[in-house]
Amino acid sequence: MNIAVILFTLGRVIAIESAFMVLPGIVSLIYKESNWWTYFAVALVGMLAGLLVSFKKPKNMQFFAKEGFASVGLAWFLISLTGALPPFLSREIPNYIDAVFEMSSGFTTTGATILTDVEAMSHATLFWRSFSHWIGGMGIVVFLLAVMPMVGGVNMHLLRAESPGPVVGKLVPKMKDSSQILYFIYIVLTLIQIISLKLMGMSFFEAVCTSCATAGTGGFGIYNSSIADFSTLIKWNVTIFMILYGVNFNVYFLILARKFKSIFKIEEVRTYFIVIAVAIGIITVNIFKMYDSFGNALTDAAFQVASIITTTGFATTDFNLWPSLSKTVLILIMICGACAGSTGGGLKVSRVLIVIKAVRQEINSFIHPRSVKAVGMDDRTVDKAVVKSVCVYFILFALIYFGSVFIVSIDKYDMVTNFTAVLATINNIGPGLEAVGPTGNFAGFNYLSKIVFIFDMLAGRLELYPILLLFIPPMWKKH
Amino acid sequence: MKIIIVGCGKIGLSIIRQLVIEKHDITVIDKSQEVINDVTNNYDVMGIVGNGASYSVQKDADVDKTDLLIAVTGSDEINLLCCLFAKKAGNCNTIARVRDPLYSKEIQYIKDELGLSMIINPEYASAVEISRLLRFPSADKIDTFAKGRVELLNLVITEESPFVDKTLIEVSKRVLSDILICTVERGDDIFIPNGAFILRAGDKITIVASAVNSREFFTKVGYDTHQVKDTMIIGGGRMTYYLAEILIKMGIRVKIVEVDREKCEDLSETLPKATIINGDATNQEILIEEGIKGCDSFVSLTGIDETNIFLSLFAKTKTEGKVVTKIDRISFDDIISTFSLGSLIYPDKIAADYIVSYVRAMQNSIGSNVETLIKLNGGRVEALEFKIHKGSPIIGIPLMQLSLKRDILIGCINHRGTIIIPKGQSVIEEGDTVIVVTTKSGLSDIKDILE
Repeated sequence: MNIAVILFTLGRVIAIESAFMVLPGIVSLIYKESNWWTYFAVALVGMLAGLLVSFKKPKNMQFFAKEGFASVGLAWFLISLTGALPPFLSREIPNYIDAVFEMSSGFTTTGATILTDVEAMSHATLFWRSFSHWIGGMGIVVFLLAVMPMVGGVNMHLLRAESPGPVVGKLVPKMKDSSQILYFIYIVLTLIQIISLKLMGMSFFEAVCTSCATAGTGGFGIYNSSIADFSTLIKWNVTIFMILYGVNFNVYFLILARKFKSIFKIEEVRTYFIVIAVAIGIITVNIFKMYDSFGNALTDAAFQVASIITTTGFATTDFNLWPSLSKTVLILIMICGACAGSTGGGLKVSRVLIVIKAVRQEINSFIHPRSVKAVGMDDRTVDKAVVKSVCVYFILFALIYFGSVFIVSIDKYDMVTNFTAVLATINNIGPGLEAVGPTGNFAGFNYLSKIVFIFDMLAGRLELYPILLLFIPPMWKKH
Repeated sequence: MKIIIVGCGKIGLSIIRQLVIEKHDITVIDKSQEVINDVTNNYDVMGIVGNGASYSVQKDADVDKTDLLIAVTGSDEINLLCCLFAKKAGNCNTIARVRDPLYSKEIQYIKDELGLSMIINPEYASAVEISRLLRFPSADKIDTFAKGRVELLNLVITEESPFVDKTLIEVSKRVLSDILICTVERGDDIFIPNGAFILRAGDKITIVASAVNSREFFTKVGYDTHQVKDTMIIGGGRMTYYLAEILIKMGIRVKIVEVDREKCEDLSETLPKATIINGDATNQEILIEEGIKGCDSFVSLTGIDETNIFLSLFAKTKTEGKVVTKIDRISFDDIISTFSLGSLIYPDKIAADYIVSYVRAMQNSIGSNVETLIKLNGGRVEALEFKIHKGSPIIGIPLMQLSLKRDILIGCINHRGTIIIPKGQSVIEEGDTVIVVTTKSGLSDIKDILE
């Protein structure tokens, strides 16, 4: 393990996070709030420390896959720990573990909160929570690669450790250009949403916070009722944007490159839309009798489906009160998640597709024991190694999931709460069912449970391995 | 520039390594997933798995927006097909590796008819390189600039050299020829020396001089400057054929030792003037019987690196003549260079260098000013040839008044064909080409050398 080069990368990440932290400081000055100094102080210290560590390039730039995983895993721990400092120092969140929970929930775009009254927070902290979704959505290391690319293999190992999906590739040959294109698409989509929300009657602050939280598919609301009290028009706006952010960003790149034909070939995106349509259909029919009009039922069903499948976690209604069928559909799409290469979390549609196909092939091999058939996707054969790694990913996911549920069940809550709370954190969704439903929160859990949730959120966002490897001692051996 | 490289073998990798440093947009096509995983893990390039000669794969690689396609797979025919399609589909420049001697006779025809920009034959290029070394056996390595008018020569300062423990000023007083010592490699360190620098025995130095002056310099310091009279080549492959053909034309007697009877018979037909010996060269008796002791030069070109190394080590003990060793595997070059094997020839590296210099020339036509770039001392030193355009900040100022960055040396000025080794009063004019030697990398314009 090359510690020097990891420190170097971490230094740069902290410097970038500190630069971002100036923005909530400015928000706080605009609203003349007393906690402005916490943001500037942490930003200044973070910037100095970051630059100090990354000032001199280490002599040995040897960088392999494990350095990539370690850098990214540590970087995400670090940004959560430092990002939690300002609200802690200003005593808005008086407990540090709570603050870390809140900020890792922010950066991992989970949207689960320990706050019982969101509206009591300062504007600066509300903005910082939402903005952390925006940073975490596309990834802080991808941002680093866009502004300060490194040499050779470093880039690819970092990208692979941070980006979601079974196979991670670049859009164009150069890493710097590739990350810049991703962030360009991301920023343009965010700006379009901010402007459209403003036109639909939100205040500028509401529009920016809601857009940031949608872009990262995070789900921190700035009101206790989340999005419920806004107009139907705004609900549909957020619904559509959530679905758009859950699409693989390759699609937008193909649109930019005017290769419209190739878009329809992407099986994952096709499946994603089919799943959304079916889920909305089932739930609308199922909840119809609870509503006075078909329109309202459809609005709420579509919003909740979009919010859950993209792992955003906004809510317009308390789906705890829905019939079992609807709740089960929601849990199923919670597990499925959004497309690979999007800002959404979950297992990813492409993984689910590959596993289903692998299972079909395995069953087929019982009927025709000598048949030879490859798993294909998008008219291409999926590499055997990829199929294997996807299957292993499912198993690993299940292991961590049940392990976490086990630890959390020491706490005082019922089984549905525990099972959905862990699912909501590890898949970066936010709300679960029962006590952690859309109207509830995570405040009542004990510290052990909260630490497990923090671990789950980070592991879920980085797709398990980067976080898991940090705890494997042979990783840290010198070479 | 956007470049597609088809085939990611040894040559492909060497090209990628260099072109990535020069910041090109590179897409690599190879039919092995493993190879693509490897290359995308180590270099900032995009990888596509597939057959590069297929139109749809080329389209995936955006061939219509590409400036250059380089086909370096193992098969001549696939390489040519790749270039043919790329030319039609993307109208880009194309380079193919073609190594079969049968095609190489028709190379000009193929190139013109298929519209290729360049055909590279690693064996032939290496043969040319070896012939250059045999023409001037005292130098370990010779690179040329300004269409061959300027030479960069590597040599080692031996114990008995008159330069040992002398400063460079004393050296230049003694030899009185127009040469410049531009780099000194001592152990692990590399120096760009100034006048007060003292040479020691064992230093590897690089000198820059015009072709005429370099001969004169070598005579003055007591090295032999005549081309070799005869040579013994071990191995009868394609490179041997090309090399023997060139050497025979130069009037050098050629003896080839090859173990395979059939190959010997083929060679005896194609090279009637050469002496062909059918025997196993790893048998020392045969080499001694065939007169290795009296040989002026010894070239080991068998297909196995280890054999070549052993043969050359053996030859070094038997003869005072020039020894040249061919090595195919590049990965251990730093270790191999510590053996005393005479001059080392890496065919794939040579081919890659040719291609990279073509890319640079293409780049020139769209902005950059580097005419030629040569890597010295295992890539740690670069010698660059710049063209001086109108309005350049260094025109008309005596060199001693220019504030150059550290570790940069102006080695030579080519003023309308006259080679000037610069002194403090020398002035660079518009239209000149200038050779700069530096341990920094990434210079792209002559103004980058100024503080």
